[in-house]
Amino acid sequence: MIVEARTVEFDSLPLDSGATLAPVQVAYESYGKLNAARSNAVLVLHAFSGDAHAAGISPETGKPGWWDNMIGPGKAFDTNQYFVICSNVLGGCRGTTGPSSINPETGCPYGMSFPVITIGDMVRLQKMLIDRLEIERLLTVTGGSMGGMQALEWAVAYPDRVVSAIPIACTTRHSAQQIAFNEVGRQAIVADPDWNGGNYYDRQPPARGLAVARMVGHITYMSDGSMREKFGRRLRGKENFGFAFDVDFEVESYLRYRGSQFVNRFDANSYLYITKAMDYFDLTNGHGSLTAALEPARARFLVISFSSDWLYPSYQSQEIVRALRSRNCDVAYVELQSDYGHDSFLVDVSEQTELVRGFLASTFEKAQ
Amino acid sequence: MTTHAAKQAFVRELLGRADYAIIGEIVEANTRVLDLGCGEGELLEWLAENKGVEARGVEISGASVQKAITRGVTVFQGDIDRGLADYPDQAFDYVILSQTLQQTHHPRDVLREMLRVGRRAIVAFPNFGHWRVRFSMLLSGRAPRTKLFPYEWYESPNIHFLTVHDFEELAARERMTVERRYFLSGPRRVRWLPNLAAEVAVFLLSAVNTM
Repeated sequence: MIVEARTVEFDSLPLDSGATLAPVQVAYESYGKLNAARSNAVLVLHAFSGDAHAAGISPETGKPGWWDNMIGPGKAFDTNQYFVICSNVLGGCRGTTGPSSINPETGCPYGMSFPVITIGDMVRLQKMLIDRLEIERLLTVTGGSMGGMQALEWAVAYPDRVVSAIPIACTTRHSAQQIAFNEVGRQAIVADPDWNGGNYYDRQPPARGLAVARMVGHITYMSDGSMREKFGRRLRGKENFGFAFDVDFEVESYLRYRGSQFVNRFDANSYLYITKAMDYFDLTNGHGSLTAALEPARARFLVISFSSDWLYPSYQSQEIVRALRSRNCDVAYVELQSDYGHDSFLVDVSEQTELVRGFLASTFEKAQ
Repeated sequence: MTTHAAKQAFVRELLGRADYAIIGEIVEANTRVLDLGCGEGELLEWLAENKGVEARGVEISGASVQKAITRGVTVFQGDIDRGLADYPDQAFDYVILSQTLQQTHHPRDVLREMLRVGRRAIVAFPNFGHWRVRFSMLLSGRAPRTKLFPYEWYESPNIHFLTVHDFEELAARERMTVERRYFLSGPRRVRWLPNLAAEVAVFLLSAVNTM
């Protein structure tokens, strides 16, 4: 499969906060080929800690993309048929402008002088990329978690540009519980002395704080059932308790490992900015009700949730579906049975694959 | 010519079911159709392909919903007893309830909702007044088991048992207009004594005020 990694630059991006960011770079990858009618483009939107590398093997790291099981020849997003695009979000740290980028005015990384961004800003930048690629209408916009939130924003902000949307395991606005977990992560980072007010790019980064934030995150992505199955109360490399505070249990070892791995690839300030953007996201903002907010939406929708996802519970997806139905929109919905919690959309993809394949095929056929 | 002739012929069964054949005849082309308890969406797919309808479905079984979506039909996983509240009034030309009324918790409320969200309702149900059901109960002294009611009483999904007369009575009491009624025994139409002879009844209803 052809994996093309590219970066494009735009002169400026107006932000919801009133600030303007200039210039802005966007890193993106694409897979498959755009057809002559330019009607087979799929925009894949990554979740909180994802990046533009959604599929194939990265020539840089040698690692498969975060949705490699869904994107590729013969897969759900079949690259023999569709042209798939994925870009790193605004505020990210994997090639798109974010707090770790150099502020041209100072010659130093933005750090906390980076403006606060929103999901709407991320989508506005993606739309500029799609304009640059000269794609008039996207066959679908899709993603899980924060990616699903972006897909919803796309359907409302640019209804003429999307034929369909597949928001997975997401919400139209964070609940108190979701904000609470994000806040714990942010506080873990800012409580680390190495964070230093966000100025750490020339010294030791707040690795301990970021690792703890990631550990909390990982707990919320799994489920009681998947953790019981994966770890149980098994001890790590020992027969008996150590009667000390180093690693006893497998689950402790796993979380520490995932935390320590994360700091190698993610910027702590990006963590702050992106989680804030997620918490601010509220599709109903300024509209009174979700039904009113969805008024512009014209896309065909496939909404998917997972039974064991307690971070983005099914009731949040059902709220989206109910509001769309009350607008008489074309919306299909199913709750898939899975034990993998919020991570299901990334790891438990066999049923999701069938759904997406069928939905995309019928959408493509109707759109021709 | 042959295709035309084939289309003119009376369809006795559609997708293996006589009630589907009737529903396929009733539904006019290029309308908006909601099928409640649509299973894997076979009927909706047929209606979309052959009548150009805008098809929607509601189904409680996740596995069935998956199959329906996979075949390109727009289906929402939900409960018919509660699931219609979100639809605006008169959103559909037809709301179909095929062989499911006897499985709902509140059949009367479901019928009212059908005629709120749809201009017309098509209801197909197994007739508990069929002579075989009556004989089965009379002779065995046990909960009847027939071809149409094949379940043991303790595992039957059917929780309300109704006859053709029962349905007519409820429709009248609810001031619903029966525009058409069809009675079936297997793939054959029944003309006489439908409450005794019909295995399945299909009613086309509308609200009184739309007439």
